[in-house]
Amino acid sequence: MHGVQRPLSPYWIYRWEITMWLSSLHRITGLLLSLGAVVLAAWLIGLASGPDAFDAVQAIVGAAWFKPLLVGWTFCFFFHLANGVRHLCWDAGYGFDPQRIRLSGRLVLVVTILATAAFSYAAII
Amino acid sequence: MSLMTPLNRVLGLGTAKGAAEHWWLQRLTAVALLPLGLWLAYALLTLPAFDYASVAAWVQRPVTSILLILLVAAVGYHSALGVQVVIEDYVTGKGAKVATLMASTLAHVGLTVAAVFAVLKIAFGS
Repeated sequence: MHGVQRPLSPYWIYRWEITMWLSSLHRITGLLLSLGAVVLAAWLIGLASGPDAFDAVQAIVGAAWFKPLLVGWTFCFFFHLANGVRHLCWDAGYGFDPQRIRLSGRLVLVVTILATAAFSYAAII
Repeated sequence: MSLMTPLNRVLGLGTAKGAAEHWWLQRLTAVALLPLGLWLAYALLTLPAFDYASVAAWVQRPVTSILLILLVAAVGYHSALGVQVVIEDYVTGKGAKVATLMASTLAHVGLTVAAVFAVLKIAFGS
């Protein structure tokens, strides 16, 4: 063993590709959206519990310090949605070659950023 | 020498966790959530005000109630399946894994039922 240069597992020497970090981002945004769904549930449950409860929920959700979270969830929503369409296309057998897989990845990022900016500007800020 | 047939020797030794059904339901709920998610984004964008009366009036409309229930159910299912995969990937140790999976499933079912009930309660007004 000593002095023998064996090949390492390629895990740490792969060049970091857009396909890799978009894949990670899909999982991360999915988990964050699960947390966002808890807020949506709390909002609906508050509404069903009457005006006082709804005002209490709205005081948090509508507060200024909550806006960055809403913008973050907007980003997660549009990214997970756009990249989800990309996943569904792959499932159907389309767009899996190296050129298209990178192009669709960049397209997803552009759509996400534009949609997040537009929704945040119109509804949150 | 074993008298068991090769088939009988392997039956029941697979993961037997319904991988194909998991895969299919993840996609089915994803496809359902495309229009439902965009609808919710559009609806929140065009909602005139976020006071109790305005929001309650919006939820009480039959179309809103139905779409919200469908959305909540699809989100609950899609999220439960997604979080399950993450837990299976990162939580090591059989006991911890089973406990985390159970907690996730119970939380998902609980919150989904509560949110659907909330929409129904507002819809039928009480």
